[in-house]
Amino acid sequence: MQRFLPTFLLVIALIAAWQLLHLAIGAGALTSPWMTLTHLISMMGTVELWANVGETAKAFAYAMSLALVGGIVLGVLLGVNRLAGAVAEPILLNLYAIPKVTLYPLVLLCFGLGLSSKVAFGVMHGMIPILLFTMNAIRQMRPVYLRTAGTLRLTPVQSLFHVLLPAILPEIVAGVRLGFALTLLGVLIGEMFASQRGLGYMAVNAMGLGDIPTIMAVALLLTVIAVTCNSLMLMLDKKLQHR
Amino acid sequence: MNIESVLRSLLVAAFIGLIEWLCRTHVIPPMVLIPPSQMLMHLLSLVSTGQYSQDILFSFGNIVVSAFVAIISGFFIGLAVHSMPRFRAALEPLLASYYAVPTFIFYPVFIVVFGVGHGSIIAIAVLLAIVAMITATLTGLDRIPNVLRKSAAVMRMSRLQTAWRIQLPAALPYLFGGVKLAVAYSFIGVIASEFILSGSGIGYAIAFAYNNFESDNMYALMLLVLISVTLINAALNFFDRRLQARRQR
Repeated sequence: MQRFLPTFLLVIALIAAWQLLHLAIGAGALTSPWMTLTHLISMMGTVELWANVGETAKAFAYAMSLALVGGIVLGVLLGVNRLAGAVAEPILLNLYAIPKVTLYPLVLLCFGLGLSSKVAFGVMHGMIPILLFTMNAIRQMRPVYLRTAGTLRLTPVQSLFHVLLPAILPEIVAGVRLGFALTLLGVLIGEMFASQRGLGYMAVNAMGLGDIPTIMAVALLLTVIAVTCNSLMLMLDKKLQHR
Repeated sequence: MNIESVLRSLLVAAFIGLIEWLCRTHVIPPMVLIPPSQMLMHLLSLVSTGQYSQDILFSFGNIVVSAFVAIISGFFIGLAVHSMPRFRAALEPLLASYYAVPTFIFYPVFIVVFGVGHGSIIAIAVLLAIVAMITATLTGLDRIPNVLRKSAAVMRMSRLQTAWRIQLPAALPYLFGGVKLAVAYSFIGVIASEFILSGSGIGYAIAFAYNNFESDNMYALMLLVLISVTLINAALNFFDRRLQARRQR
């Protein structure tokens, strides 16, 4: 626990800075930490919040599983085939750097309003980092592993599950950590534009109404969820690296 | 030109050709997507008539300003944090979780603070980009060989001189990775904020065209974003490769 004390103090300092900012610019612009927390707790008593959380969680679960499966499968394929990987990598890096919000009209036209376009947005954001991490992990894997698999006459499927995936697991976890954050961002952005439900819609609706307490409460909730999940994956990551 | 670039160009060309063909044969209805050639022609006519010059200048001005602010302040914050190991140990878990937080949620707060316009857009883009630069600076400084630091001490360089003459050049290849990310994030931050709430800019213009069913304007502007991101990326990658080559020597 000694290790986390400085971080804990820093978080306290950040909350103090938030409070000072609140005092400087007034409650109309930024609610205080305490007000935000009480507002969040009172919102947690309503059915509305949980319905929205459920919608976001559902879209996120679909998007994350698609991004994970698609990213790992394509990453393995592109990693094993060197030429295909070399051809695809700059294209993928470029796709990663595009502000994907720009493409939202296209996504809306293809998938319509609702769940499917939210999921598509999430996958668009989250799949490429997972793919790139997986591909690079396979490329940097020690070649002796694959040669051993060849010597043991493993079928491609066997060598995938018994050699490739275990060997690149730490990098996959690192990729998933990044992909997780981006998928969540993608789903939220999708909800902001293409939905009538979910936390993103709640935030954008509150933006339209100028309802700062609700925005801050949703932001606090999302920050806590995101940071908690990220820290858990970071711990898993560290554990795998030390194997 | 090596085989990979030839194949890559062929692949991209084939993809664009396929879309063009699908649009021309109306497999994809013109309501959904207009042919890429038409997008390009419309983009050229928009640029020549100057219909959107204001918006384009607004967005690119914001991107340039926020990328510069993020890169320069990120570098100096990175330097400062690096010289305080205890503070750094406390900060590092927060930096690792930073990109998990959907920063756009805080955009309304910035609007109240800075008003609608340049200020709030630049603020959100800087917020998005700066941490990538800080992280890259920390990594870069970690990788500086100890002997360089010692030579600086031997030559009795001041803190500022060491930063400018030793640390900056030695960490440059790593810093450039941060620069690339910071530019990409500034781009994303600016365009996305304009989408959410703004009265001008490319993002706003695309959203406006979409809401008014002006699909030719919309696709032309989307193409503009795609082309500019690709060109900027290509330029940055070119410099990156030269820096990496210098490190190899």
